[in-house]
Amino acid sequence: MLTGHRSLIALAAALGLSAGTPAEAAADGARIAQAGNGAGAAPCAACHGTRGEGHAAAGFPRLAALPADYIVAQLQAMAAGTRASPVMMPIAKALTSGERQAVAAYYATLSPPAPVATSAAAPPPVAGKALAEIGRWSRQLPACDQCHGPGGVGVGTAFPPLAAQPASYLRSQLQAWKDGRRAGGPLDLMSGIARKLDPADIQAVADYYEARPARAANGGMP
Amino acid sequence: MNRPIAMLLATAGMAMAADALRVADAAPAAARPAPVYTPPPRDAIPDGPFGDVVRRGEAIFLHTRREAGAYVGNELSCQNCHLDAGRLANAAPLWGAYPMYPAFRAKNNHVVTFQERLQGCFVFSMNGRAPPLGSPVLVALESYAYWMSSGVPVGTEVAGRGYPKLSAPARPPDYDRGEVVYGKRCALCHGADGQGRYASNGRLAFPPLWGPQSFKWGAGMANVDLAAGFVKANMPLGLGGSLSDQDAWDVAMFIDSHERPQDPRFLGDVERTAREYHDTPWSNYGKVVNGKKLGLGVRNAESHGGGQRER
Repeated sequence: MLTGHRSLIALAAALGLSAGTPAEAAADGARIAQAGNGAGAAPCAACHGTRGEGHAAAGFPRLAALPADYIVAQLQAMAAGTRASPVMMPIAKALTSGERQAVAAYYATLSPPAPVATSAAAPPPVAGKALAEIGRWSRQLPACDQCHGPGGVGVGTAFPPLAAQPASYLRSQLQAWKDGRRAGGPLDLMSGIARKLDPADIQAVADYYEARPARAANGGMP
Repeated sequence: MNRPIAMLLATAGMAMAADALRVADAAPAAARPAPVYTPPPRDAIPDGPFGDVVRRGEAIFLHTRREAGAYVGNELSCQNCHLDAGRLANAAPLWGAYPMYPAFRAKNNHVVTFQERLQGCFVFSMNGRAPPLGSPVLVALESYAYWMSSGVPVGTEVAGRGYPKLSAPARPPDYDRGEVVYGKRCALCHGADGQGRYASNGRLAFPPLWGPQSFKWGAGMANVDLAAGFVKANMPLGLGGSLSDQDAWDVAMFIDSHERPQDPRFLGDVERTAREYHDTPWSNYGKVVNGKKLGLGVRNAESHGGGQRER
């Protein structure tokens, strides 16, 4: 619609964004990501890494190569309080709607990080592999890969990549769904899933996906 | 016939005897519901040449196009309709089907073996062509099904086989109501256009429900009653049983009121084919639904080879 397009440009202008193209939005997003928005939102890079790779020790997720719409939805949920995060809630609130779009567009364009190398001392994540690829249908638990794609590489904007996410982050989110601190997303799917996982399961799938490459050409079972 | 397998499993430390007993001791269905059989766990597939073929069958079942591409003409895999790699009760498990063959089948009008039944899956559901009887693909799938059914007596209708039969809908299944249910509960995964969704690496994540990459007219799932039973028991994934019976009927009517590849038994015109093979209230082939005549078929996309094109 012509009028819709015009009002979008007007909206972008009112928000102080240069214009509506994804590349320009990403450029604005890059500025905010590295320097903050000057209005209370700290630079994203301070916690999520200079290339959006995340911070495993602190449990901060990677943002690089996540779908823009997914990032926007999470920022909105944190601003609205339906996704509890003491660190992120004030930052999400300090970002305007246009700024959320801009940082999301920026991170969506970045290359994903290489997966975290598993330590030689740790056992191979066999338990996690079964849950990830087969599920546990005796409890109506589908395989993670069935929705998040073969190898957990992500499907569309509703099912984000799990591969190459810090295990600490994946654990904390599964626990948050289980405890009701994070809304379950579309169809409330993740609340139901998380409640069927015990602490060992959560540890296992988190470790499994942390070690998976973000760009698996051919994930899944042989 | 099942004894060698049972012994192998016992050697492997698997307690199959309990399951076999539970099935054998089941009272008539009229007295109390038969217990649901639990197939042996995946890691109980034996080592050696037989186990190798069973594992090959499982791989074909999970990644049908990749592992048996010469006989597959769409993006589907066996596991799309037979959940949990063909193990899940009420999702047409292999252990419910395997012990029931050979059997007379009206669709074929003769006694068919299990391998011949599998051929039907390739021709109708996979929009492909039949692997020859005795070919490695059918032998692998049959071995996988046999291994999984090792605790079920032959000829026994085990509870959980097939899809549950829903009682007749309170209101006739309706396209418009079904469209609303679809938008709320199905489109997230299967897409608003029903064409499924692909992962960021290009591989299929959620199967197409109609159109050129889905099952043919004449496939089981193209019947509204069967699709309704599947949806009720199993959809959305992990939330089986969450739709009302009426919603399941309506959304099945909606899904099965879209165009899909032509019936492989096509007789040259839709009316004749409809009279001959779709004389049931639950097939929309040849009917006019939502102002559109169904049964004209759609062709495979050019980019996907391997499958037989309909005439």
